Amino acid sequence: MITINGKEHHFTKTTLQELLVERNLAIEICAVEVNTILIPHKDRDEYKLQDGDKVEIVSLVGGG
Amino acid sequence: MTSQKIPPLQLQKITLTSRLVVGTGKYPEYETMQTALEESGCSAVTVAVRRERLVDDKGRSILDFIDCDKYTILPNTAGCFTAKDAVRVARLGRDILEQLTNPGSSWVKLEVLGDKTTLLPDPVGTLEACKELVADGFSVMCYSSDDPIMAARIRDAGATCVMPAGSPIGTGRGIANPCAIKLCIDVLKEPEHGGDPSYPVIVDAGVGTPSDVTIAMELGADGVLLNTGIAHAKDPIQMARAMRLACDAGYHGFRAGRIPRKLHASASSPWDGTIAGE
Repeated sequence: MITINGKEHHFTKTTLQELLVERNLAIEICAVEVNTILIPHKDRDEYKLQDGDKVEIVSLVGGG
Repeated sequence: MTSQKIPPLQLQKITLTSRLVVGTGKYPEYETMQTALEESGCSAVTVAVRRERLVDDKGRSILDFIDCDKYTILPNTAGCFTAKDAVRVARLGRDILEQLTNPGSSWVKLEVLGDKTTLLPDPVGTLEACKELVADGFSVMCYSSDDPIMAARIRDAGATCVMPAGSPIGTGRGIANPCAIKLCIDVLKEPEHGGDPSYPVIVDAGVGTPSDVTIAMELGADGVLLNTGIAHAKDPIQMARAMRLACDAGYHGFRAGRIPRKLHASASSPWDGTIAGE
């Protein structure tokens, strides 16, 4: 299992970029952490997710 | 005649052409936010970083309503209660802005909060996060209390700008302790107190009405950051316009040099030639 934004999902061997494509986020402006470490956007194609990873996908929202 | 044009505020690599920095939260809809930002005349806007909420129920993103070529985007670390989390959020914000090629990618509005009720800053966590982010190459705009000792420590930790709170976020109480804000400004900017006149101080939080902005500027602040005071006004667009005028008034008023406060009256008309009492 991997956790994405606090929710568990079945793990499949995939890169971070493939995960974003699967979630229809590949063309959106977002940032991603795995296990509290930022994975720079330029490294997403290379980064391979592991079973048990905790992924955070964030974007910009209104704020003060 | 003295020029009416207010010079830009330089914050390391960022140039602010307006002394107002305006938040993008709490507006009733994106269209109002967009127009209010325009009316405020601001050149920098703050945003928050949150889990995947890329579009609203109409399929629109906040970035559809913020011109990234016009505004420098300042990501905040709002909602963080530890230095570790604030550093994480700052790095995430930077990664997003690098993708947008926005000049704001080099900076962050740092907030490390103490509790949810007051939203006042945790001074220990703030200082810790500030040092780590400065070491990581960020220009840190640091949200702080109105404690002048803390303000000096944040500056000494390498913050690009100290941002003392006028009053707690969203309270609309304005400058609750003007003497404390003045002490912060003095310790940061007055040479006799070890300060540097060019060190930026932006009053952040608690603005409720335009006169709050004017008061902050009349105390010697270089700018004001506000969100709720515009977003939750009955007419946010008119309020944004008023805030802009208030900021200009305070900027000029501070430099014009006010008269001293006196205990006793001083007549504005001459006593000579009066017919009264004949």
